[in-house]
Amino acid sequence: MSTGTSRTSGRRGGDASYNARKTLPLRVEAVRQLRRRRTWIAFVVLLLLPWVLAAAFKIGGSPSGNDPNTPGLVTVATTGALNFTAFTLFVSAGFLLVVAVALFCGDTVASEAGWASLRYLLAAPVPRVRLLRQKLVVALSLAALAVVSVPAMAMITGIYVFGWARLRVPGTDTAMANGTALSRMLIIVGYTLVSELVVAALAFLLSVTTDSPLGAVGGAVGLVILSNIIDAVTALGHWREFLPTHWQFAWTDALQPDLVWTGMIKGMVLSASYAIVLLALAVRRFRNKDVVS
Amino acid sequence: MRRRRVAAIAGVGVVLAGALTWATVGEDPRVATTDQRIAVVDGPENDQHVTLDTTFFKPVHAGRAPAVLLAHGFGGSKDDSRAEAMSLARRGYAVLTWSARGFGQSGGEITLDSPDYDVKDVRQLVDWLAHRPEVRLDRPGDPRVGVAGQSYGGGISLMSAAYDARIDAIAPQITWYDLADAFFPDATGKGAENGVFKKAWAGLFFTSGASSTACGRFLPSLCSLYQKVAETGRPTPGAIATLRRSSPSSVAGRIRVPTLLIQGQTDSLFPLDQADRNARAITGAPVKTVWFQGGHDGGDAETSRVQGLVADWFDDYLKGGTPSPGDGFTVTRSGGIDSSTQRVTISAASAARYPGLSGATRRTIPLSGGEETVHNPAGGSPTSISSMPGLGLLGGLSGLSGLGGAGGIGLDLPGQSATFDSEPLNAPVQLTGAAQVRVRVTTPGPARTGVHRPTLFAKIYDVGPGGQAVPARRLVTPLHLDGTAQVTLPAMDYRFAAGHRIRVAFSATDMGFTSPARPAAYQVSVESPLSVPVDPALRTPPAPLPWWVWGLPAIALVASVVIVATVRRRAGKGGGEAVATTPLEISGLTKRYKNGYLAVDDLSFRVERGQVCGLLGPNGAGKTTTLRMLMGLIHPDEGEIRIFGEAVRPGAPVLSRLGSFVEGPGFLPHLSGRDNLELYWKAAGRGESHIEAALKIAGLGDAVRRPVRTYSQGMRQRLAIAQAMLGLPDLLVLDEPTNGLDPPQIAEMREVLVRYAAEGKTVIISSHLLAEVEQTCTEVVVMHKGRLVAAGPVAEIAGHEGSIVIGTPDVDRALGVLTALEGIERAEPYDPGVLVRIDGSAPSAVVAALVAGGVAVERVTPHRRLEDAFLTLIGEES
Repeated sequence: MSTGTSRTSGRRGGDASYNARKTLPLRVEAVRQLRRRRTWIAFVVLLLLPWVLAAAFKIGGSPSGNDPNTPGLVTVATTGALNFTAFTLFVSAGFLLVVAVALFCGDTVASEAGWASLRYLLAAPVPRVRLLRQKLVVALSLAALAVVSVPAMAMITGIYVFGWARLRVPGTDTAMANGTALSRMLIIVGYTLVSELVVAALAFLLSVTTDSPLGAVGGAVGLVILSNIIDAVTALGHWREFLPTHWQFAWTDALQPDLVWTGMIKGMVLSASYAIVLLALAVRRFRNKDVVS
Repeated sequence: MRRRRVAAIAGVGVVLAGALTWATVGEDPRVATTDQRIAVVDGPENDQHVTLDTTFFKPVHAGRAPAVLLAHGFGGSKDDSRAEAMSLARRGYAVLTWSARGFGQSGGEITLDSPDYDVKDVRQLVDWLAHRPEVRLDRPGDPRVGVAGQSYGGGISLMSAAYDARIDAIAPQITWYDLADAFFPDATGKGAENGVFKKAWAGLFFTSGASSTACGRFLPSLCSLYQKVAETGRPTPGAIATLRRSSPSSVAGRIRVPTLLIQGQTDSLFPLDQADRNARAITGAPVKTVWFQGGHDGGDAETSRVQGLVADWFDDYLKGGTPSPGDGFTVTRSGGIDSSTQRVTISAASAARYPGLSGATRRTIPLSGGEETVHNPAGGSPTSISSMPGLGLLGGLSGLSGLGGAGGIGLDLPGQSATFDSEPLNAPVQLTGAAQVRVRVTTPGPARTGVHRPTLFAKIYDVGPGGQAVPARRLVTPLHLDGTAQVTLPAMDYRFAAGHRIRVAFSATDMGFTSPARPAAYQVSVESPLSVPVDPALRTPPAPLPWWVWGLPAIALVASVVIVATVRRRAGKGGGEAVATTPLEISGLTKRYKNGYLAVDDLSFRVERGQVCGLLGPNGAGKTTTLRMLMGLIHPDEGEIRIFGEAVRPGAPVLSRLGSFVEGPGFLPHLSGRDNLELYWKAAGRGESHIEAALKIAGLGDAVRRPVRTYSQGMRQRLAIAQAMLGLPDLLVLDEPTNGLDPPQIAEMREVLVRYAAEGKTVIISSHLLAEVEQTCTEVVVMHKGRLVAAGPVAEIAGHEGSIVIGTPDVDRALGVLTALEGIERAEPYDPGVLVRIDGSAPSAVVAALVAGGVAVERVTPHRRLEDAFLTLIGEES
């Protein structure tokens, strides 16, 4: 070890070379997360899903529209890449994407606590709010990437397996112009991103609350399932509109010939509102928390 | 606590569900109801005595209120209107529901809303209302009263308004203008006399009352009339006259009260044209026409919208509200599936004025096709199918008519229909009203053997780009035509998308109608473009977004600001003056955990520069808690910690001068040792690093490239200490640093630390091992149960420089010898011997003197006060 001359005190008593604004740079946090195996497994699962679905359609044959019990999107799923993408989103939005988002956002702080590396980051010191911010940005980016990767891969799979065809609107004989259909797909992906915010925020709040990554991820997914169950209680009437998952399929409005925004606006507003409050709670909790892990 | 919270949430849920159930059932304890039988006299000669089963719903508000008579549909009873009556009573109306004569518990026969019977009954119900103390009167004997009802009940609403001037407003729904035209429709406009018998509906209508007798509760004259007509399939003048007498068409122009006409778009019994003609028959009063999704064939009943419209109508015209102008025509349109409820969303388009079935403007759309031949099958069978009367009532078709009437069955048999298509539309066409086309029908010579004129059924299909044809609505208009005529197609509101074709089809048969049994072939051609009524004035106001769409984000923002801003600031100012050169100063530090455990209790000590300070104490003494507070990980309840004069808070910059290793290593298990250190250093927001030097301390060799999860406990320990020393911190804090190290490594580590302190740094080592502290540290702080027990230089506290313990059985003799000896500060008994504090003498001299004095010296050991104290502490602990 070199003989360090006593360095002059840095900003507000810190080390001269210390700069709070340079702690835990996004790039570093991204590397920390991206080199984890669970990140790669999550993405592999998500990217495989469209291929599995396509294989299922190839093996089981295209669904027929004659069965009145078949949901609309299934009957036209194999029409072409666009329909296949919509169908893939439809089957993954309810659970798979929720799990993926909960994984990235729920695991991020709790796993550091579990590894005990959290205390060394905090003592480095990475200011607590900054730590949350950097972690949230990276976790949300990964979650967004996960949400986007599914339709993107579904589009590739769809083109490869079913070819390109105009988007057929389920339940009608209408086909959408390609430009319209693509813009609708962007709307759908955008809406899905916003609607998953509430899941992300919930998982993040649990992540700063518990030291167990499994607890944070499982807790968030569990609460989403609970919300789905309550949503099935139609006797609750209008109160269901305030359940965080009530609008999770509002994006199917974008598959109608006439784009209906109301459901999506409500869903986005609700998701964002919940997310803001949950994140505020997370910040409050983490700032006040005694880190004993 | 968490369980209690869950229970509370569940409780709220149960209460909520209960309240909602109560609200949906529609029973309301505030609404008082009385059931009574009201005796009426009717009949052409006013000699029929009948009692009607009625229920009166008192208004919830005190004082006299306007009254509403709620009539039921065909085959129903007063109980059908109970929920609507409840809600009107809550809204401040006195409501009377009754079972019409021939229905429910009322007496008499079914008379089809005849002016001689049912209308007279209603007049007497109005009389009854005029005597109720709850009902507001316009003048004595004339209550303020409105009448509403569906179908049969809608018919009586219109009829009684024509016959009783005391009725102030009506809201008839899905009802008829002319029963004869409804049962014998004719698309060429020649009236019921030329009409085609709507046999399926008529059969359902007239035989639904059948029980022990074929006629059931029908007035015998009506029953025999039906049987005659049904047998031949042709209307008799008498039948037409009787049906018309029960129809608003017989009193056209005599209805002069505000009328809300609600007609169903899914209705093959009383299609939209019946409401259209009612609208034209009402004079001198406001009329509003509403086309909703439901009707006799099923579809979305839109119950809450319809009942809301009715209540609003009565609010306007019975309570004297201000009617909203510019709202004369409303069409509800299905806008696809609501993704969250999986139900069809329905929006309402409104226009100021009702333009009639011919539309505000008309578009002409050319139809292709020349002359086509239509074969009428022998016996009129098999028939093509458009709608299935009655099935809708059972809800069977409601699913099929889900998407704007698209999808599902719609069967035209090959050879039995002629179709005429438009070109694909280059823009969407919204048909609102009844399209018309000029049609020529001829029967070629050889086939002209029947006595019947050609019978055809006109309908409209929507043909998609893929060629798939779906009925625009499951409606047909029949025509008897031999020659050329302007044919009116079914009235509807339907949107043809761009790229689709409009198809007009004429089929020889329809399941709902009588058609000739004799085989025939007709030549059908269209002689004009299709004239499509459109109403551009119809506007769908964007569905109003609820308040919370704007309110919730605002509330959320405010809430989150409050949540973040109201954090209790724990950093208390206090303590003495900041001395920037003192590496560590702890004063009055206290920490009590949430479970009440007092981990650190009023701890104060100081560590100076260049010291290697040992924090010594048994497990649970509060060492780790102190170190966690030192790192800003947990908040002290009282007191403060200053590092180089700066108070420690979470994330305080001065922590950057602190290197720490507390309570075990914390690494990312999937990264190698080197990557862990590199990423940690990059995360620390600092410049230069000393990773190579640190790795040398860790001494991991090639293992630095392996993931940390493969490391042994000792390897992680060394890596963690290396991490703590990465930035050559001015203050190094190590918690049990030698755990898991083998003796040579311990010795090496000790040397590193001593050298480090010699460079002018400060090192704090916490340990529960006395030897470790003694061997490494210059200073020591002893803690027990959160309190400071002793603090000072190790030499001073350990004290073995000046004190020895003489192990001897002869304590008294030894004391005697020692008191005489020079250079002894003090001598005292000390089990199992004598404790001697030397001052000036030397242990060797003391031992020599004792031996010379004949004292049996069994052993001589240095006295270690620290160990003594420490052992006592541990002893207490165990």
